[in-house]
Amino acid sequence: MSNLRPMDITCKEVVELITEYLDDALSLEERTRFEQHLVTCPGCMAYLRQVRQTIQASRRLTEESLPSGVKEELLDAFREWRKRRIG
Amino acid sequence: MPQSVSLDAPFAEAPPPPPVSAEEWSLLERLRAGEESAFATLVERYQRSMIRLAAAHTPSRAVAEEVVQEAWIGILNGIDGFEGRCPLRAWMFRIVANTAKLRGAREVRSTPFSALEDDEGPSVSADSFRPAEDPRWAGHWVWGKSPTPWPDEQLTSRETMGRLREQLEQLPPRQREVMTLRDIEGWSSAEVCESLGLSEENQRVLLHRARSKVRKGLAGYMAGSEARR
Repeated sequence: MSNLRPMDITCKEVVELITEYLDDALSLEERTRFEQHLVTCPGCMAYLRQVRQTIQASRRLTEESLPSGVKEELLDAFREWRKRRIG
Repeated sequence: MPQSVSLDAPFAEAPPPPPVSAEEWSLLERLRAGEESAFATLVERYQRSMIRLAAAHTPSRAVAEEVVQEAWIGILNGIDGFEGRCPLRAWMFRIVANTAKLRGAREVRSTPFSALEDDEGPSVSADSFRPAEDPRWAGHWVWGKSPTPWPDEQLTSRETMGRLREQLEQLPPRQREVMTLRDIEGWSSAEVCESLGLSEENQRVLLHRARSKVRKGLAGYMAGSEARR
């Protein structure tokens, strides 16, 4: 007999549902099945962690400084705009 | 505010809807009054993110910078029309995205606005899973191909960050825009939909494809990951 109940989801399905899971966009029933799968599947748990690690690493890409000169140019443009606006 | 990512939280939390902050309202008032320091604050806060967003549509960083400069003028000229129905930055970034799209279409090739980009394969190659004929474990990981967690210290290395940046740069424009705002900037899906004019569902499809590809690209390189493919 099969170990799988018809309601179970596969690893192949889990990897396609990850984003919906992380955005809390699954129905309560789907979410429960998803989490039931996770607790018995180290591969999918690791996959979920890798996706979260990817997101976490992406957050660190913000840490760069503004190139000098850019801000000055923009401030010049702002002064031009203000002159036109105020007249 | 950016959301923090917890690696081990058992349950994903839904982000709260983005408020129009009082602080942004006051910046806006000062900007309308022509106060230079208000403009400087906005530039300091958003310029880098705007360039990252614009870069999704432009062939080079230099062009992305020009686009953003053009977008700032658009923002200033449109500032009286902003009614506060969405957060200020969502409104500003919409102007950046639209300016970048127009420019990108001129620079490289036209991007179909309706299509969710090329038809894509699965997030993980099909041969990582047991075939449909498998009597008991069809669709489950093939032994030896199942993922294992990445070492956190390798994830923060300069090489990995460089690799990550490359992966992002290779994404098709619309996927890159969404992943830039959601994951680099940490915006909520509601705000990203607002800025990019996407439905919740399309936004999620684009994000899913983007994240899956970037993860796959990193997987071929991280130690302790599944077999290279």
